[in-house]
Order: sequence, then structure tokens, then C-alpha cells
Amino acid sequence: MDAKDIENKIHVENLKKSFGPLEVLKDISLDIREGEVVVVIGPSGSGKSTLLRCLNRLEEATAGKIVVDGTDITDKKVNINKVRENIGMVFQHFNLFNNMNIMDNMILAPTQLDKCTKAEATDKAKAMLDRVGLIDKAESFPSQLSGGQKQRVAIARALCMEPDIMLFDEPTSALDPEMVGEVLKVMKDLTEGGMTMVIVTHEMGFAREVADRVIFMDGGYIVEEGTPEELLLNPKEARTKDFLDKVL
Amino acid sequence: MVRIITVYGGLLLSALGRTLLLALLGLFFACIIGLFFGMLSVIKNRVCNIISQIFVDAIRGVPMIVLAFFIYFGIPYLFNTIIGGFNITLTALQAGTACLALNCGAYMSEIIRAGIQSVDVGQMEAARSLGLSYGKAMKKVVLPQAIRTMIPSIINQFIITLKDTSILSVIGFPELVNTAKNVQANTFMAFQTWAIVGVMYLIVITILSRSAKMLERRLNVGR
Repeated sequence: MDAKDIENKIHVENLKKSFGPLEVLKDISLDIREGEVVVVIGPSGSGKSTLLRCLNRLEEATAGKIVVDGTDITDKKVNINKVRENIGMVFQHFNLFNNMNIMDNMILAPTQLDKCTKAEATDKAKAMLDRVGLIDKAESFPSQLSGGQKQRVAIARALCMEPDIMLFDEPTSALDPEMVGEVLKVMKDLTEGGMTMVIVTHEMGFAREVADRVIFMDGGYIVEEGTPEELLLNPKEARTKDFLDKVL
Repeated sequence: MVRIITVYGGLLLSALGRTLLLALLGLFFACIIGLFFGMLSVIKNRVCNIISQIFVDAIRGVPMIVLAFFIYFGIPYLFNTIIGGFNITLTALQAGTACLALNCGAYMSEIIRAGIQSVDVGQMEAARSLGLSYGKAMKKVVLPQAIRTMIPSIINQFIITLKDTSILSVIGFPELVNTAKNVQANTFMAFQTWAIVGVMYLIVITILSRSAKMLERRLNVGR
């Protein structure tokens, strides 16, 4: 393995992903540094969610290499569960465990994976819930929370594993407009803590505010990437311009 | 009617006890078989999926009475006579339990498969993304939710299995129907005998379905 692969937090090389005859990711190469906040934008069907899901192997790469923290996760022999402990993921539809209250949602993984005792996990969960402003909901069930609250819990739950990478798959797309802000605020706080983050979103304003780099994907390729100013204000590629004209 | 109850009541009650014993044994093994084949049908492995499907199709495609004869008479004949060198005899209870377990197990397997598939895949993905293994995610997150939706169908299957024990009178197990046939033969009081037997089944099954309703309500707390 090259020194370069280890230096970068995430290294993606010639990644291809097909679902049957449908080729969703055609040839993706990408490097993400430690502490970098990368926002991925693009039209639906462009492969951005699939790329994100390949990074923690929720989708198996068809070809290519993905190195996370020096571990090649496309290697079948790698214990992916161990790698995932360091990669938090937040989903569009929250995916809180419906059979448990909020506290149990938070402590399930840390206690099941023997990261700490139940008391320690509970303390940490309380701190995390406090951080996202939901300490009073510890005993509630997911069905009793609003969308925005659920997503804040989902972020806090991922943080309980103390990951050093966080993946966000359209975290605000399923929310009512008035709840988007509260979730983005929690995410913004995270960027200030130096977390490596990859965010798939349609929130262009948010991208401009927090991203170190914005990536525009279309048709299974990375079409263009750059700083938010470069990409969002002065796109070079016609396809990027076209997309931004439609969403801005 | 009164004479049957006073003279044969005890006999019929002990036959009901054997019916329940047979049903319980059958259901116990059916749960294991059902969970096993149900899991085989949901894991990501083509061979396992196909094995499970073949099992379910085979059992569902054969009437239970044929399965009962096949196990009770066919299997010992296969080993003792066709292959030779064995001396297998199955008791009616053993054959009956196996028959119920296989039959009910196939249906349970389908109920469990449907129950697991009814849980949003996002639940499994979220658990896996936190680093939990497939098994732990299944046990802690998916199955508890699947069971809630499975409960009504499982109870229904339990009731069907309890009633299906009557089919096993054909291999001579002295359960309720078989015993009642003897009572009728002794007394010639067909109407009274079968009315009593019908009411006995009715009472047991009503108790079962009522307690199932209560269980369902309790499990729905916090949903």
C-alpha cells in the first residue's frame, strides 16, 4: 500500500459500482484528508448516495479500491464491523431503532460491542443528547419525536461510537422545512470539532457555509470539484452550471 | 349427554391432555424449524434461499395426512426393508410430533420470512453502520420488530396446528378425536359425543386466542 493511501483519511481509486446491468458509479477516484468536510451534490440518480454507501461498505464495490484509515475495505478479509465502528452514518430516513427508546438507541452499539460499561455508555449518551438539545427525550420512543428531533438523535447515536469519520446521506431531505435548520446547526457544530465529514445534500447554502470542498457528480462520474466559491459561484463545466441554475 | 360426561369425561379429558402435549411438542420443534428455514430464506445467500424454498414448497405441497402416513409407515419401511439392516420403529407420538413440526414449521418459516422482510431495511443498515454484526443487528433490532408483526399470524398458525392434531388420529395416536371415536363406538351416542368434543376444542382454542389478543396488546405498548 502506498504511503499516500495512508496519509489520506479516505482514498478511493477507480471505484465502479453496478446494480445488475445498471452501472451507477463509473470511475470514481477521490481523496479526503483528515478533518476535511466534503459536500457531494448532484442530480438524483447521479450516484452520490451510492458513493457514500460504498465508503462503509453498505454497498460492495464492483471494482476499484477504497482505503479508509489505511484499511482497504474492498478486501473481503477485512473485518468490516471493526472499520464501521469508526465511521458514523446518518440516513435520510433517520433509521432510529423503533423497538427501543432513545437512550437504548444510543447505548446499543457501545454496549453490544463492549466499548464501555452500560453506565459509561449512558453517561456519554446523556452528554450527546444534551449536545443536540434533546436530553429530556431520553425515555421517549422514536415514534414520539418530530423528524428534526429524530435526525438529531440519529447524529448523537452515531457520535456515541466516537467515530472519526461521519457520513451524511441527505440528512435533511425527509424533513419539514422548519426542521432543517436545527439539524444543520448540529452538523455545523460538528464541522467545528474537526470531524472528517462527507455530506450528500441538496442544501446549497449549507454547503457554501461549511464545506472545505464541494464535489459535483453526474451520471456516475465526478464532473467537477473545488472550494464552495469555485464550484458554486464559478462552475467551469456546463453540466454543473446547468444543475446549479435549476437548484439555486 | 350426562352419561357420557360422567362415564367418559375423565377419558376424554386425558385425551385432550395428550392432544395438547402433541400440539406443544409439535409447536416447539416447529418454532425451531421455522426460525431456521425462515432465516435461511432472508440471508443473502442464493443456495440457502433455494434450500428454504424447496423445503417450504415440498411440505406445503403435500397434505398432512400423507405426510403422517409417510413418516409413520414409510420411513421405517425405507430403512428396515428397502435399505435393510435397520430396526426402526416410531411411536405414534414421535411420528405425530415430527409431522406437526415439519408441517407447522414450513408455515412458520414463511411467517418469519415475511415478518423480517416487513421491517424497513434501514433498520438493519443503521445497526450495521454502527459496527454491529449481522447476527447482533438481527437479534437486537430486526427480530424484535418483526415478531410484533408476526404475532397474529403465529397465533393463527398455533391454532391451526392444535386442530391439525386431530388428523394424527389416523396413525393411531390416542388424542381427542381417536378417543372420541371409541366412545362413540361404545355408546352409539354420536351426536352427544361429537358435540362434547367440539365444545372441548372450542374452549381450549378460545382461551388460546383470547390470551394471544392480550399478549398482542401488551407488546404494542410504546409502539
